Amino acid sequence: MSQNLPALLVVVPMLLAPVAALVRRAGVAWAVAAGACWWALYAALALLVRVWDEGVIRYELGGWPAPYGIEYRIDLVSAFVALIVAAIGAVSILFARQSIAKEVTEDRAPLFYAAFILSLTVLLGISITGDVFNVFVFLEISSLSAYSMIALGHDRRALTAAYQYLIMGSTGATFIVIGIGLMYEMTGTLNMVDLAELLPQVSGNRTIPVAFTFLTVGITLKLALFPLHLWLPNAYTYAPSAVTAFMASTATKVSVYLLLRFFFTIFGFEFSFERMQLDMVLMPLSVVAILAMSLVAIYQANVKRLLAFSSVAQIGYMVLGISFGSVAGVTAGILHLFNHALMKGALFMVMGCIMYRIGSVRIEKMAGLGKVMPWTMAAFVLAGLSLIGVPLSVGFVSKWYLVQAALERDQWAVAGVVMVGSLMALVYIWRVVEVAYFGELDPDHEIREAPLGLLVPTWVLVIASYWFGIDATGTADVATAAAESLLRGLP
Amino acid sequence: MTGALGLFNYWAVVVLMMVGFYTLIARANLVKKLIGLNIFQTSVIMMYVSFGKITGGTAPILIEGDHGAVEDVVYSNPIPHVLMLTAIVVGVATLALGLSLVVRIKEAYGTVDEHEIDAKDHAS
Repeated sequence: MSQNLPALLVVVPMLLAPVAALVRRAGVAWAVAAGACWWALYAALALLVRVWDEGVIRYELGGWPAPYGIEYRIDLVSAFVALIVAAIGAVSILFARQSIAKEVTEDRAPLFYAAFILSLTVLLGISITGDVFNVFVFLEISSLSAYSMIALGHDRRALTAAYQYLIMGSTGATFIVIGIGLMYEMTGTLNMVDLAELLPQVSGNRTIPVAFTFLTVGITLKLALFPLHLWLPNAYTYAPSAVTAFMASTATKVSVYLLLRFFFTIFGFEFSFERMQLDMVLMPLSVVAILAMSLVAIYQANVKRLLAFSSVAQIGYMVLGISFGSVAGVTAGILHLFNHALMKGALFMVMGCIMYRIGSVRIEKMAGLGKVMPWTMAAFVLAGLSLIGVPLSVGFVSKWYLVQAALERDQWAVAGVVMVGSLMALVYIWRVVEVAYFGELDPDHEIREAPLGLLVPTWVLVIASYWFGIDATGTADVATAAAESLLRGLP
Repeated sequence: MTGALGLFNYWAVVVLMMVGFYTLIARANLVKKLIGLNIFQTSVIMMYVSFGKITGGTAPILIEGDHGAVEDVVYSNPIPHVLMLTAIVVGVATLALGLSLVVRIKEAYGTVDEHEIDAKDHAS
């Protein structure tokens, strides 16, 4: 079995998805989904350990050798991203049980769990596949399941948010498939390793730069880099809480992984950064993303929306790290990918707890919640401090690496932007904390602490976001090794 | 066929792509937007199929001659066609999901016009 683990990681949850859709009871469907998620976590962990010990795993699907067949190629970056996705999935599914029971009607819940499993499956698939067309197909399945999960939100604006995401997401995917097509036209292969070998021979003409451009636009649309982020705030705001927590920590992260994969592994550092001067595009955009989106976040009245804009800003940090094109920068990007998944997952879960008790996440409704929901709001404060980047938290670790990467390149202004961004995070987190702890509680409503089923997953992520902040050697080692292998290129 | 006319397929691809993309961006009607998206995706299908075709190439089926398989036959590349079968499936799924969203938007808002929906959202 361990030989076929790469395939089983994807196939087992994929087979469980229709099972969850067919059983008509929410509880049973949840159990199936939980089984799928925990299996994925086990498999992803086993794969990471194996890659760390033995190096790159290449798995031929159906025994067809690459480049003719589809190949799963798992290196350190893939295994790390797969582990992040699986871990967040395993925690989110625990959270989903009560949260979904409250926010989604009973008859739709099994279908929701089926979409959830599918989404998890294909995000894992994207992170381990070695075939570019396979990436496109997985990306579309993940987006389709995301649209349907967002549309389950109880507000009618969830529908328009899902529609808007569908239009923009499909446009992005079509751009990606055009890029893949142009690469195939020039090289006759879809295998990533093969492409990396063949592309330098044909990159003299104009087709490959055009393919590169299409891929860049398509992927940055999927990962919501400013100014292609317009689908994100509404989608995150009106989706059911468990969906937001899961998607905010996985979907955009996997797109960041794709960016790394395409720019470094397939096109290679020389082509991406020296010939196409990618950093000239990515760096200004991510700087604007950090400043503008943090500023917009400050003025939001809906806290989920506030956190969504903050997500766009945080994606700016990741892309900023990548745009340095140095080992330190890419390390910072990968580290922040992991760290942001933990803290934003925790923050959106806190929103799920509040939604569960008071049915709204508007800031004025949160007055005085610190007194009646102490554990929930404590989780918000701790995860918020991590987002700001207070020492001992994971947010500090990623900002530390990011600032180091900026100073290594003598980019003092960029390092300043990172600091200013942190200060703005302080402002928007403080707004919520101020209302929750110093606001007057509405005496008409009896509000109790969120149930344990919601608090435990939230606190698991909060504790993780300090655990990996206090002892960052493990994650930093993996991220550095991953960044080195990316910049070294193939093999 | 040489020159610009020889690239007729690719001209058609570009024109279709721009028609679809423009409709997608410019129209306020949600159904028309989806049609634009579909035209946009269809142009990509045409692009793939065009570069899979080899002039004078036949269908990629092994041809039996008098002495076994004939060897010097030019085949078109079947892989782009197969890829596009997958892309068509993805496109159909996207369109179906999009249209069902539009149906629910119509039920919830009573309109499929983007501007009217925006106005109703701001009013509430």
